[in-house]
Amino acid sequence: MNLTLKIWRQAGPKATGEMVTYPVSGISEDMSFLEMLDVLNEQLNARGEEPIAFDSDCREGICGMCGLMISGKAHGPEVTTTCQLHMRSFSDGDEITIEPWRADAFPVIKDLVVDRSSFDRIIQAGGFISANTGSAPEAHSVPVPKPKADRSFMAAACIGCGACVAACPNASGMLFLGAKITHLGELPQGQPERDARVVNMLTQHDDEGFGGCTNIGECSSACPKEIPLDVINQLNKDLRHALAHGE
Amino acid sequence: MTDLHSDTIAPEAPEAPATDSPEAPAPDTLVHGLYREGEPIVDTKAPRGPIAERWNTRKFEAALVNPANRRKLTVIIVGTGLAGGAAAATLGEAGYNVKSFCYQDSPRRAHSIAAQGGINAAKNYKEDGDSTFRLFYDTVKGGDYRSRESNVYRLAEVSANIIDQCVAQGVPFAREYGGLLDNRSFGGVQVSRTFYARGQTGQQLLIGAYQALERQVAAGTVEMFARHEMLEVVIVDGKARGIIARDLVTGEIETHLADAVVLASGGYGNVFFLSTNAMGSNVTATWRAHRKGAHFANPCYTQIHPTCIPVAGEHQSKLTLMSESLRNDGRIWVPKNAADCEKDPRQIPEEDRDYYLERIYPSFGNLVPRDIASRQAKNVCDEGRGVGPKVGDFRRGVYLDFTDALKRMSAEAVAEKYGNLLDMYQRITGENPYEVPMRIYPAVHYTMGGLWVDYDLQSTIPGLFVTGEANFSDHGANRLGASALMQGLADGYFVLPNTIRDYLAKGPFPKLEESHEAVVEARASVDARVQKLLSINGDRSVDSFHKELGNIMWEYCGMERSEEGLLKAIDLIRGLRDEFWRNVKVLGAADTLNQSLEKAGRVADFLELGELMCIDALHRRESCGGHFRAESQTEDGEALRHDDEYAYVAAWEWGGQDGAPTLHKEDLVYEFVEMKQRSYK
Ligand SMILES: Cc1cc2nc3c(=O)[nH]c(=O)nc-3n(C[C@H](O)[C@H](O)[C@H](O)COP(=O)(O)OP(=O)(O)OC[C@H]3O[C@@H](n4cnc5c(N)ncnc54)[C@H](O)[C@@H]3O)c2cc1C
Ligand code: SF4
Ligand code: FES
Repeated sequence: MNLTLKIWRQAGPKATGEMVTYPVSGISEDMSFLEMLDVLNEQLNARGEEPIAFDSDCREGICGMCGLMISGKAHGPEVTTTCQLHMRSFSDGDEITIEPWRADAFPVIKDLVVDRSSFDRIIQAGGFISANTGSAPEAHSVPVPKPKADRSFMAAACIGCGACVAACPNASGMLFLGAKITHLGELPQGQPERDARVVNMLTQHDDEGFGGCTNIGECSSACPKEIPLDVINQLNKDLRHALAHGE
Repeated sequence: MTDLHSDTIAPEAPEAPATDSPEAPAPDTLVHGLYREGEPIVDTKAPRGPIAERWNTRKFEAALVNPANRRKLTVIIVGTGLAGGAAAATLGEAGYNVKSFCYQDSPRRAHSIAAQGGINAAKNYKEDGDSTFRLFYDTVKGGDYRSRESNVYRLAEVSANIIDQCVAQGVPFAREYGGLLDNRSFGGVQVSRTFYARGQTGQQLLIGAYQALERQVAAGTVEMFARHEMLEVVIVDGKARGIIARDLVTGEIETHLADAVVLASGGYGNVFFLSTNAMGSNVTATWRAHRKGAHFANPCYTQIHPTCIPVAGEHQSKLTLMSESLRNDGRIWVPKNAADCEKDPRQIPEEDRDYYLERIYPSFGNLVPRDIASRQAKNVCDEGRGVGPKVGDFRRGVYLDFTDALKRMSAEAVAEKYGNLLDMYQRITGENPYEVPMRIYPAVHYTMGGLWVDYDLQSTIPGLFVTGEANFSDHGANRLGASALMQGLADGYFVLPNTIRDYLAKGPFPKLEESHEAVVEARASVDARVQKLLSINGDRSVDSFHKELGNIMWEYCGMERSEEGLLKAIDLIRGLRDEFWRNVKVLGAADTLNQSLEKAGRVADFLELGELMCIDALHRRESCGGHFRAESQTEDGEALRHDDEYAYVAAWEWGGQDGAPTLHKEDLVYEFVEMKQRSYK
């Protein structure tokens, strides 16, 4: 198929960017979206134009490295990651705009690449269970009811891609944060630090410049791992408890 | 085949100490005109005595570092996968000063994240006869008797602690209704010892290690350098004392100095271009160390995984694994008659299907080890019975059929166990596996070879340690499913922290200035190489070289290798490498994010590694594990080992820019397991 791509080009963090139009042809529907960009980059390279910078690594939908705004939708029209989006979701003649995630907490580094280290700093603030190596009790000493284990796993499936933030009109990171709160809060091992965790992580979230949640739900619909909105309810609940406990 | 001087390479760091750069040898001393034999390796530092006591002995004998001194000791860890992330967290907790590096934007994205199926541990929760010894035995056998007994026993021994540690960190493993951990059987073993988290085990284990790592970042013991690529190791007075890294955002070339360096940089499967590795997976970290004197062991041992989604076309950028746990419930077949290969598989009656693994290996059936499942898939496709669309003029695919499982278990039960894998398949191929049998084909997946390390995981360069897939140590010629995650975490949480202290106890080492001659030289060599790559400005893209190299490797150093093919491959690789340094086109600048430049550096190293892999494959004239030599097979086409000649680790010493590599043999002695030809019939 033949497509017209309008792609954000920005030479560096401080440079001003612009949308540039690139026609591409001979795209097969079996290609992934990023393979389509690979094809374009090979053509640019051959013409002596610098290839478009974009992030990807696993290309299996699990590392969370990829992420593009595709015609206004985070990760494009399907519920999946950009790397797992295939060209069969598009039609011959389509015009597709491709932009980086837009959020104050995710500054652009170059072209389609952004800096998401703010997510790491939120985890540093408390997204862990303190268990030094070697100090662990026998794994079967604490059974975990299956429904709790399953819900914990569901929330732990977050890949830290940032699509939730990009999709949110407030650029809020609450879905990401709620997922971590739920992952650790459902487990018996996560209880001792539960109150402090939610307060510290939320403080960091706000300090990084992420917006607040106004219950719009765009985050969850954009999430490739289908993290449900109720993790944000969990976050709010945990926060109320923590404040009541004097955190 | 004789011209060893045909490669023109960019300006390089000076050769490592004198012993590493022999004078150009007289051609007649070279075997095959390619390599020389050197001194054998006699001591791996493993303690003697009963195998179950060795690790305790070593832990006891390894010197301790006073807690007050740890803060003064700096350890660089390259890699934040299971092997590196776990080590960084653990050494940070212990109070060392850790600098951690990864090329991704966050340590959480290391390729360990992609592991699907599970992690082994000898917990014997199922009371099905498992034990430390049985896990040890299975791993040695699975590795086709080409691994070290002491190392493998230790791996089995600490496996149970890994599960305890991960559960304590909040890793949400699959559980049974009673709340206890669930297990499954996996990849060629007959006990259920594999712990899993749906099809996302690697992700969950890595998130556990990542969170422990970030906790130490917050505590100030670990300093994190994401989007940094290590491009050289700094060696001073024969010891590893630091690295040169490029900040991938600013392009700045940085010097980082330390008391010891750990490489946990993963595997080199991307030498084949198409593999199940991540786009950025590379050999650069270990190859640069190899060029500075670290021996590279068994580079030809690669694992080709049987259950991957077949190549769809020329544009393919990577291959996707379907966890082999699918082989527990799916049945593998091709049509009996080539004429049926184009038909809708659902129209092919039972009697016209060849469930070839069940037929050839009645006792293991679809659960035979990976190397066997892969080679048989290749065989049936070579016979013209492959299925799926033609790529080129060949069909490369076999069916993996869930029809029987869906009848036996219900669609919900299948979805509960394999849902995310089946969804992924559908997303990539556009076909619904609940209705149409899936198509699979083997793909490069794992590299058993890696830098040579002793029992302490120390390479031949003092102070340079290597963990996880980057070393060669535990899997012999073939790795069993669910044992790489085990090894990564065993190395990272339990082994390295106990062995590196023996080395660090000798420190802190003399303070180094960045102006030290060796540091300046290392840095200058990196600068020069970057400039060289940017200045060639030829006609061909980096990817085009990488693809061509990958084709050569897959064709001649893939599932089946022969002397004739390997010799040809070596010639082709040399020609390609030569062209690369004359004709590659890398645009953009050095002082910004430049992904073409990153790729170019990696491909340049793959072009050297590929040759060594072929030399190693050529010299090993036996079939063992993932290494199948056409010249060494039984009458019915099964792999034939030659224990009398080849029961050793092949540790290769860099031969200098124009020299031939030197082979050092480490004999493998089996005291506790009897060597047998593997049979899964
Ligand atoms: C698709 C897939 C599925 C798998 N499934 C299983 C399974 O079910 N069970 C199992 O046991 N094993 C499985 N494996 C194998 C297993 O996942 C890997 O062998 C293991 O995770 C490797 O871990 P590692 O820590 O050694 O390296 P990786 O996790 O690969 O980490 C490498 C690290 O090194 C860094 N790095 C690399 N080079 C540089 C450089 N030059 N400079 C700076 N940093 C660098 C990277 O950024 C990364 O942080 C699977 C592998 C794949 C690819
Ligand atoms: S919650 Fe979903 S969208 Fe947000 S970072 Fe996690 S996986 Fe991505
Ligand atoms: S590249 Fe890993 S999730 Fe897309």
